[in-house]
Amino acid sequence: MSTAQTGSFTDDDLRRILREGAGSDESVDLDGDILDSTFEELGYDSLALLETGSRIEREYQITLEDDAVSGVRTPRELIDLVQQRLAARPS
Amino acid sequence: MTARAVVTGLGIVASNGIGRDAYWAATLAGRSGIGRITRFDPTPYPARLAGEVSGFAAEELLPSRLLPQTDRMTRFALVGADWAFADAGIRPQELPEFDMGVATASHAGGFEFGQNELKALWSRGGQYVSAYQSFAWFYAVNSGQISIRNGMRGPSSVVVSDQAGGLDAVAQARRQIRKGIPLMVAGAMDSSICPWGWVAQLACGRISVSEAPDRAYLPFDAEACGYVPGEGGALLIIEEADHARRREAPQVYGEIAGYAATFDPRPGSGRDSGLRRAIEQALRDAEIPPDGIDVVFADAAATPELDQVEATAITGVFGPGGVPVTAPKTMTGRLYSGAAPLDLAAALLSIRDGIIPPTTHVRLADRYEIDLVRNAPRTAPVRAALVLARGYGGFNSAMVVRAPT
Repeated sequence: MSTAQTGSFTDDDLRRILREGAGSDESVDLDGDILDSTFEELGYDSLALLETGSRIEREYQITLEDDAVSGVRTPRELIDLVQQRLAARPS
Repeated sequence: MTARAVVTGLGIVASNGIGRDAYWAATLAGRSGIGRITRFDPTPYPARLAGEVSGFAAEELLPSRLLPQTDRMTRFALVGADWAFADAGIRPQELPEFDMGVATASHAGGFEFGQNELKALWSRGGQYVSAYQSFAWFYAVNSGQISIRNGMRGPSSVVVSDQAGGLDAVAQARRQIRKGIPLMVAGAMDSSICPWGWVAQLACGRISVSEAPDRAYLPFDAEACGYVPGEGGALLIIEEADHARRREAPQVYGEIAGYAATFDPRPGSGRDSGLRRAIEQALRDAEIPPDGIDVVFADAAATPELDQVEATAITGVFGPGGVPVTAPKTMTGRLYSGAAPLDLAAALLSIRDGIIPPTTHVRLADRYEIDLVRNAPRTAPVRAALVLARGYGGFNSAMVVRAPT
């Protein structure tokens, strides 16, 4: 169910990859409005973010530097970062 | 006045029973969890039996967030700690965070997790290695994960001394209690039943290659031919005695009364093993004479040379046939650092119930002048028990637990 081919990355893609790579916190409704919650509030620490970044990289064939990934604080910021990289990818 | 360390909770995972009551019932009934390995195809290997834990549903017992970052042995440890706290009637979130620490032992760290990441590395590339490999393999990870999950910010540590480590970790907990920490989680869970773990274990040369589950792990038997590995162990809640009393702990299983650790001399030196010295020092530490010990839980290495050393040490201290000896690990397999905490739990349950669990499948060889409790449990009051644990490379540890006063 990846949108890698269409060159877009949605919040549902992020939800799936978060779940696959780092599970989900029982007290958090990941299907709810999470775009502007911090990853910390969602129960994801720096390693969870690195793991998520790594999975996005290999599925979408883009590069996300560790600094860039550790710097994002919310799902919206991560989605924006990924979409920027996707747009810059040579077609 | 030296603080006293008492045990108020137990969390157990073993191949013949998951949870304290299931383990104890199976053990008293002589039910073994040893069988042919199912986790991978053991046919290409010389040893094919193990004490595997089946029916442990991690996804039901732990939040999904913890699953991608934990090896099997860490899942055992987290659930074991949960159960030990529940058994002790403690909600760790309600205790001051710097008043609680964790002391675990580990033999292999997260071996299966590491194996899977190595597979990913070599078959797909570095991008496919989990970020969690950074800690999931590491020997100290159980101490780390238990302390994080339960908000325990007091002194925490890990000991790596093979099977002796299980006692060394509990001794470390007692040290912390004596230094003023009211509560420690201590013990060990080990698991390395995977191909990479299997070849590592086979390299020690002490594993049984018998294929008969009831004649494979035979300590003190004329046909002793090595041990059968298992997975699992036990975690104990160790508390300062007054702390337990003030909060009206639902039960006090017993006290960690004595401990000693020694190291064997260089092989070929002709000098004696340090095991007897460890026993004698542990008894002195407990201020209990040999006739005050009602059962010895043996290390039970099940090779003739090591069995002889152990039997000689025991009879040297207690006299021939001078104390009941048993090895319920014949029903679970040798659990590496998990073995001795599980023996401590069994010793405390023997104290509670006045019954000594059996050693199974063994026909005692004449040359060992020990009173081995075989086949059926023996009803007898147990005021104090001695647990022995030796580690590959020369570690000897001995611990005395005594009935609560």
